[in-house]
Amino acid sequence: MRRKGKNGALLLVYTLVIFVLASVLFFSHALQREAALVLKDAPEIIVQRTQAGRYHPIPVAWGAQIGRINGVISVRPRLWGYQYDSVFLANYTLTVPAEHAPPAGSIDVGSGIARMRGASVDDIIAFAGHDGLARSYSIRDVLSGESQLLTSDLILLSEEDYRDFSGLPADQATDLALRVRNPREYATIAEKITKLYPDTRPILRSEILRTYDAVFGWRSGLLIVIFSAAALAFVIFAWDKATGLSAEERKEIGILKAVGWETSDILLMKFWEGTVVSLTAFLVGIILAYAHVFWTSSPLFAPVLKGWSTLYPAFRLTPFLDFGQISALFFLTVVPYTVTTIVPSWRAAIIDPDTVMR
Amino acid sequence: MGMTGLMKVRRSTLYLAMTAGLALTLALLLLHASHAVRAAQPGFTRKAALVRQVELTDLCLFTEASYTRHPSQTDMSTPFQDSPLSLDHFPSGALLGPPDHLTGNQRD
Repeated sequence: MRRKGKNGALLLVYTLVIFVLASVLFFSHALQREAALVLKDAPEIIVQRTQAGRYHPIPVAWGAQIGRINGVISVRPRLWGYQYDSVFLANYTLTVPAEHAPPAGSIDVGSGIARMRGASVDDIIAFAGHDGLARSYSIRDVLSGESQLLTSDLILLSEEDYRDFSGLPADQATDLALRVRNPREYATIAEKITKLYPDTRPILRSEILRTYDAVFGWRSGLLIVIFSAAALAFVIFAWDKATGLSAEERKEIGILKAVGWETSDILLMKFWEGTVVSLTAFLVGIILAYAHVFWTSSPLFAPVLKGWSTLYPAFRLTPFLDFGQISALFFLTVVPYTVTTIVPSWRAAIIDPDTVMR
Repeated sequence: MGMTGLMKVRRSTLYLAMTAGLALTLALLLLHASHAVRAAQPGFTRKAALVRQVELTDLCLFTEASYTRHPSQTDMSTPFQDSPLSLDHFPSGALLGPPDHLTGNQRD
């Protein structure tokens, strides 16, 4: 290949652009698929109470009324909230599980908490409750590391402990979780609930699942920056190719024409030149992105994902990868690049060889 | 093959060999991916059971702010709770868009 330095630099930048784009695509797709698979058993409808647009605890008695709506199998008051640990500067999620709740005085903790605090089963953890007084709990179990993406920051405790800790009165709950038999009835039931209690906000499971389509969605701030950087890189490639056929390259085309090459031969050669660069960049970029996202825990994204939090899950995603994703990347990167290399060559190839060589 | 023999290998042959190697690697990665997805199924079943047991609604991706810890449960005012004009300042707010049901998209 001619012009080693220029083409080498081009190959490197091109590979990097594809690596970043593919990493983002693989990561967000795998996360969305994982969310859809594990959250498919989330409560069908969550009923929250709001007051002037702000979240507010819901009276447990409302559950009885809502339970009478046709199609609702069960209504369960959920108790959950947050706890800020000022020693470790971490936020925990306190939850009372629907089944197998720990007995009063003991808790189950997520593996992220156990790792951060160096805690294990039978250790005692103390937190200051709503009244400022400390309460201590013994760790019954540490939740499996496998489920970190769901439970890293969880503290499971009994209803009695939760109410004592948070000061939430016995007749109130954080929200209500509904089980509904027929998926077609979700929207109708949600409508009936808002008619019954206008200050409530029902959240359907389909909406919960759709929420995760917005993770790393192209509209979210950071991704716009990444995608526009990639788009800009392509504009620079195209601009360079469209205007930057050097005198040497034009002369080369002129000589080829003078020795008898047809315009179509030159275009074919330029097409293969472009293909060599873009296909190599594409394959290397994709392979590196796969290794980055699925064989390591996306170390390049880690600082962005951790943000300001001191407690975060250490997860490795399952490689949900399909041919469609790879072909989409191919058509978005290799094809435009190849086209931009051909147009200027065609312009040079149709002019008289004598003019170019002179 | 001697040194001279190696020098005689055409560059196009080297390129084709390298591209074939890369394409083969990609094909192997696709196979690896489908195998890994199959192997992960029991894990997904266990996690889905846990979601049912604890009645979870969200992934624990970001713990820094309540509206990114439980994005499906949040409202529009929480990210701007400090004052109506204070911008969302947690880094995770830039990764996670607001859920559709808050931005007024129709329910299915």
